[in-house]
Amino acid sequence: MLKTHFVRLAAILIVASFCAREAAAQAPVQTDFSGEWVVVRSQDNSENPWVGDWFGLPLSAAGLARAEAWDAALLSLPEYQCQPHGWAYIYRGPTQLRISKDVDPSSREVVAYQPEWHQTANMPVYLDGRPSPIEEAAHSWGGFSTATWEGDILRIETSHLKEDYIRRNGAMASDEATVTSWWIRRGDILTWISIVHDPNYLSEPLVRSSEYRLNVNSLVPPHPCTSVYEGLEKDHVPHHLAGENPFLKDIRARYGVPAEQATGGPETMYPEFQKKLHEAEWSMGTKSALRGR
Amino acid sequence: MKPSFRLATVLLGAVSLSHLVAQTVAQPAVQPAKLADPPVKILPIKGNIWMLVAGGSNIVASIGKDGILVVNTGPVAVTDKLLAAVQELSRRVTAAQMPQQVCVGVGPSCAWWSSSTFTATTAAPPAAKPIVGIINTSLDADHVGGNAAFSRAGRSHVGIAVDSAWIIAHENANPVLREERQKSAVKTPSAALPTETYSGAKFKLNHFNGEAVVLWHMPAAHSDGDTIVQFVASDVLVAGDIFDMASYPVIDVANGGSIQGMIDGMNWLLDTAVVEHMMEGGTMVVPGHGRLADSADLAYYRDMLTIVRDRVRGAVKKGMTLEQVKAAKLTIDYDGRFGRNPVYTPALFIEGVYRSLNTNSVNSKKVDSKP
Repeated sequence: MLKTHFVRLAAILIVASFCAREAAAQAPVQTDFSGEWVVVRSQDNSENPWVGDWFGLPLSAAGLARAEAWDAALLSLPEYQCQPHGWAYIYRGPTQLRISKDVDPSSREVVAYQPEWHQTANMPVYLDGRPSPIEEAAHSWGGFSTATWEGDILRIETSHLKEDYIRRNGAMASDEATVTSWWIRRGDILTWISIVHDPNYLSEPLVRSSEYRLNVNSLVPPHPCTSVYEGLEKDHVPHHLAGENPFLKDIRARYGVPAEQATGGPETMYPEFQKKLHEAEWSMGTKSALRGR
Repeated sequence: MKPSFRLATVLLGAVSLSHLVAQTVAQPAVQPAKLADPPVKILPIKGNIWMLVAGGSNIVASIGKDGILVVNTGPVAVTDKLLAAVQELSRRVTAAQMPQQVCVGVGPSCAWWSSSTFTATTAAPPAAKPIVGIINTSLDADHVGGNAAFSRAGRSHVGIAVDSAWIIAHENANPVLREERQKSAVKTPSAALPTETYSGAKFKLNHFNGEAVVLWHMPAAHSDGDTIVQFVASDVLVAGDIFDMASYPVIDVANGGSIQGMIDGMNWLLDTAVVEHMMEGGTMVVPGHGRLADSADLAYYRDMLTIVRDRVRGAVKKGMTLEQVKAAKLTIDYDGRFGRNPVYTPALFIEGVYRSLNTNSVNSKKVDSKP
């Protein structure tokens, strides 16, 4: 009897092992991410920052210097008026998200997803195993994305991005940044996790996430845009010289940050940073700052 | 051993083997030794225009019915491979044509399987079109190194048919002038010198491969002899060394270069380029080095140049010496991206900006070219 059980067990193990390998070799159970989604906003995802508020961003010394030089008047230059949100930022934006899927008519496999928001360029995510372009190929706001399945989670690797902001106040990721994203769907909720790696402007990976809810009534409107002259002469690029950004004192006042303390960087991501803040000044700063907002 | 035990042992062995195989499959394969980067990378841009990357420099080729027109010829160390790549590319584009449609019944433009043209277009295609001309955007060694070999390999018509390709550059981009200016002992071989030069703000070539090709002179930018090449129908601009996506741009002050001329050149490019949508695509711009670009990339680069100029100018107004300006880390936010060139360091770039701001010469001339 024992011998029979032993033989049966061994046979089951063989079959199970074979099936597991076959399943691993074949396409896993795929989740359908297509549809219209609306973003679920939260306090941590307002993305309407004050100038100088780079807290929580792991900006390197170069990234901080770049951000401190940024002047919002730059956005009046023709080259910036129609600039869309890029891949490293747009998923935190406020607009609807539509994810379409490209299906191979023969194999009926999903070969690409096409996410789009209200103010974006095309951002295809390829699942057909195509190789990455050479490094000298052009970069785009959406970059070049390929995806693989991790169970029913889609892992997306993105390269060939343009230089772009990671917060809309001068915090930048360079055109050498890469992004790893995961799409996780639980029923009508889509979780979008993003990790930005940038050798130039980040000293640590930037990890953020966003939530979307499926919404059959949402639409993604078109976004035609043409640049116009807004009064800035061609030879003039708005920026602040080092140590002369007048807005940094406002953000320091708002949060009670000591004058010598940078308003961004890896240190500001962690709870210990709060001990450096002056609570009394924080509350005063908040009131005065809000009046001028 | 009883048969059932033997069977069980065999089965368990099979299970173990099966797991081993599965593990082997799951583990990453042994990585082959890393291959060296291919000597020549080829990137189709738009229309007739191709970008080739070799030896750290970008070369552009227009390939079509009229032959090959190249913009720059790279450093001399890669000439043979680059020339072979250009000729092979031309062969593939213009010679090895396959019939594009299946011929069932009778139809126009239909190459029959048994026709006399089929074999001639597949197994025995015509020879590749020749290199007809070479345009040099400047006279730097990393862009003219293959001039002599490319020209020798070409064939053109300059009044009469000649067994070499012509070479054109702005009249200021003349190696002989530079060698005389710098009292250089090294002389450029005569076969590498421009056979034609142009003067003034622009020069129109005859149509080539079905499109207008215009040379635009950018005064006092990277040097005093820079040319931007515009392929009008393909909508591609070849910027040469006034735009460098791999490094800070070299400001050759000794040969008439200036930071202001670089900025003016970048603004000219931005005026001329037209975006497709949302600051992306449209006119594509090939820098002298580094990746292919469009208007948004131009804007970031123009901003960088302008901001650095303003910082250095501010330091000069404060009376800082060159050494003090170099020590002030005025490019800290851009060094990670553009300061990696060991030959042209951030300090050398700052020095170029500083010296050109303090030079009262041709370096202060403004671009008068109108697109």
